[in-house]
Amino acid sequence: MSTRRGDEGYRELPIGGVVLDPGSTRHNLTGSWRSEHPVIDLEECVHCLICWELCPDNCLVVVNGKLASVDLDYCKGCGICAMECPRKCIEMVPDLPIEESA
Amino acid sequence: MVAKDKKRAAASQSLAINGAEAVAYAMRQAEPDVVAAYPITPQTLIIEKFSEYVADGLVRTEFVEVESEHAAMSACIGAAVAGGRAATATAGPGLALMFEMLSVASGMRLPVVLHLATRAFSAPLSILCDHSDLMAMREQGWIIMCGANPQEAYDQAVLAHRIAEHPDVMLPFTNALDGFGVTHVVERVDVLPDDAVREFVGEYQPEHYALKPGVTQTFGAWAHRDYYFELRAQTAEAFRNALPVSEQALAEFREISGRRLSILEPYRLEDAELALVFLGSADGAVKAAVDAARDEGVRAGALRVRLYRPFPVRAVAEALSGVEAVGTLDRALAIGSPGNGLFLDVAASIATRRGRPAMKSFVYGLGGRDPAKEHFDAAIEQLADPERREGVPGMTAYLGLRDGGNE
Repeated sequence: MSTRRGDEGYRELPIGGVVLDPGSTRHNLTGSWRSEHPVIDLEECVHCLICWELCPDNCLVVVNGKLASVDLDYCKGCGICAMECPRKCIEMVPDLPIEESA
Repeated sequence: MVAKDKKRAAASQSLAINGAEAVAYAMRQAEPDVVAAYPITPQTLIIEKFSEYVADGLVRTEFVEVESEHAAMSACIGAAVAGGRAATATAGPGLALMFEMLSVASGMRLPVVLHLATRAFSAPLSILCDHSDLMAMREQGWIIMCGANPQEAYDQAVLAHRIAEHPDVMLPFTNALDGFGVTHVVERVDVLPDDAVREFVGEYQPEHYALKPGVTQTFGAWAHRDYYFELRAQTAEAFRNALPVSEQALAEFREISGRRLSILEPYRLEDAELALVFLGSADGAVKAAVDAARDEGVRAGALRVRLYRPFPVRAVAEALSGVEAVGTLDRALAIGSPGNGLFLDVAASIATRRGRPAMKSFVYGLGGRDPAKEHFDAAIEQLADPERREGVPGMTAYLGLRDGGNE
């Protein structure tokens, strides 16, 4: 559990921005940076796991050797999985409709 | 000075060495855990001499021969994060290559010490002295002290770690010594005994460091828009502390050395009507010009700035409070700027003062052109003339340029 609350003034912050506690990504959900997310067509997927291997954030969840889902807490929507999928069965879908996200 | 300090000061040894060797001598005494450096003229003599100390087993420093100055500063940052005392040395283009890492050291609050043998930037290619490198780093969160001779280069090298590592400061420190004019000039240098320096510098004991047993922390983490601004302000506040801490350290240094160093070094300024403000090794030529003017009945004086960052705004304003005209002597040309570096510093320091003096921005000595008394005679002559003492905003008056003064 990090001591950071998100509303500290600089006098409260550790010198030089040192993060004093390990594991800060447990609550710092970087998936909030995303503007689009992958949707997998599991009917078409052959579970080659190329997406799993190439995901820079380890967000493709494999269960019993088979691709199961995407961890949207941390997926930043880079689209590498969709780009590299040999079956083209991963589609990037905007998190919000374009008009609303503008 | 009390009797005990006299005895201590007397125990110091006089050596005939150049400024670079004087810095290396102080580095051996301060004994950083890591020195990472890359050779570049006119700094090379410093790390050459220091690496001899390492090879001869006279210092227990890990000397890292890196592939570039960027790597040198990166290695120093790594060493400091790990919990070690780190130092390096560079000059001109080497500082330029190091530049990305300068703000990393200050932002992470790492008291790395950099000995800068000031050198012009290319092009045209020059290996000789001016202050273009020093001026380029003045807003990167580094404390900067500028010495005038080998003795001061040694003294500041001893002071560097003590000021930088002070718990209220924890910021990187540049000990600037003029390339060739200080680095390669052999003079008498009084060095302190090793144990006196060790005691003065003390142990480096950071609050947080990466190799602290049993602790897992993250250093140099990304800060989003939620924290970046606050952390910059935190660094700025620590930077303000560097001023009183430097004054205190200079006073304590006087106790062990008998040498009286100040953040500002005024010369014949008490009753002066005209003042020249400058940095570094032009000291002798400026003083000679002041003396000559005094002999002619012109009340000239000078103010050498030792602590360049944080700029001692109030002390400069006070020191110049009685003068009618101020000439700033910059050894770097701030092309396209409304004023050269030192001019802007001094102008900002006295901007809100009622009845401010006339100000003129002079530039001298670029690319190693020797600062001559005649250059500063010319500056004093202009300041003494009510018609010529006020500079044109944005214009530089040249000293020692064949094409003339550009007044």
